[in-house]
Amino acid sequence: MKVVVTASGADLDAPVDPRFGRCSFFVIVDTDTMAFEAVENQAAMAAGGAGVQAAQLVANKGGQAVITGNIGPNAMAGLQAAGVKVYVGAEGTVRKSVELFKEGRLQEATSATASPHSGMGRGRW
Amino acid sequence: MILAVASGKGGTGKTLVATNMASVAGEVQLVDCDAEEPNVHLFIKPIETEGVIPVTLSLPQIDEGKCTHCGRCAEACEYHALMVLGQQVLLFEELCHGCGACSFVCPEGAISERPKEIGRVEVGKRGSLRLIQGVLHVGEPMPSPVIRKAKALIDPSLMAILDAPPGTSCPVVETVKGADFCCLVTEPTPFGLYDLTLAVGMVKKLGIKMGVVLNRADVGDQGVREYLQGEEIPLLAEIPFDPRISEVCSRGGLVVEELPHYRGLFSSILLKVKELSSGG
Repeated sequence: MKVVVTASGADLDAPVDPRFGRCSFFVIVDTDTMAFEAVENQAAMAAGGAGVQAAQLVANKGGQAVITGNIGPNAMAGLQAAGVKVYVGAEGTVRKSVELFKEGRLQEATSATASPHSGMGRGRW
Repeated sequence: MILAVASGKGGTGKTLVATNMASVAGEVQLVDCDAEEPNVHLFIKPIETEGVIPVTLSLPQIDEGKCTHCGRCAEACEYHALMVLGQQVLLFEELCHGCGACSFVCPEGAISERPKEIGRVEVGKRGSLRLIQGVLHVGEPMPSPVIRKAKALIDPSLMAILDAPPGTSCPVVETVKGADFCCLVTEPTPFGLYDLTLAVGMVKKLGIKMGVVLNRADVGDQGVREYLQGEEIPLLAEIPFDPRISEVCSRGGLVVEELPHYRGLFSSILLKVKELSSGG
């Protein structure tokens, strides 16, 4: 199964980035083989619509599930329409979060867990 | 001429300056560009209504029969308002700026446009003053098209004073661009100075001449005055911290009518603006 994990680096040992639309990288992992591909998020600093663009990327890459910290309303609507399941509250490394996902220990989100633009500001406040 | 009154920081007295200047300007148009919460009408109280013009945005309408889900529209959308899936195109209405790029690039001609009303422009008169007011509908996120429409109603043969929204973001740029002069209202505090520097940067980028009105001038510190000297930005006027001004404003009154000794101060701002905008 192909899952997309939001990360602050480009490999399996990078920490999970809790923001969906404004993460630094998407690490796309095959849960059977742990083979992965990392894609830099071009929309990380976009003025608006970052969540929609991220959802489009997940759909284009054929992701079946997303692992992240929080998710906004537009991204959630897009992913639901694409039939992608969303798991929130992930922490630690990409590798660890995929393991927790495989063990069924991540929480599936059925609605947005963050407001629009809450991933902006890069942690300043 | 078009004179924009802007500030950077909110609550510095833009509307105080704009409404009182307009009231001593003779035949003039006053445009309330703070479409998210227009308040000029509270002070001007127009008695004749000339008209109400709806403002619409053109949203894409996708003909699913023609759409091949190629994804070009979503790629072309600068605002990420479209998402294309295998069998479906999703439109995120509140992200759409109505630019029309999607229908322009669609190779199948599958995208037409439908109007969505996002606000209105109201035009009224009181004496020789014509008030043009932009009003964004509650819940709509994008005031710029309403501001554009309000400015389009300006009669270029008469003076227009624009009351800008606070800040330095898109709606303020939309208001100030194309003006002949920008009057920045600030207060002599560190907050006032910080936001003034942002506003000055914006006005410089737009290539518009500017001057500053210092409100509540006798409180705070010397920071703003020193900054203006360093930047060689003219100080147009200083309005004192006078509780009677606050009292008149909070009742929705006009300072130039109720405290007539201030008429000269507001007229002098207009005179200086006219001098500065014609010279060099």
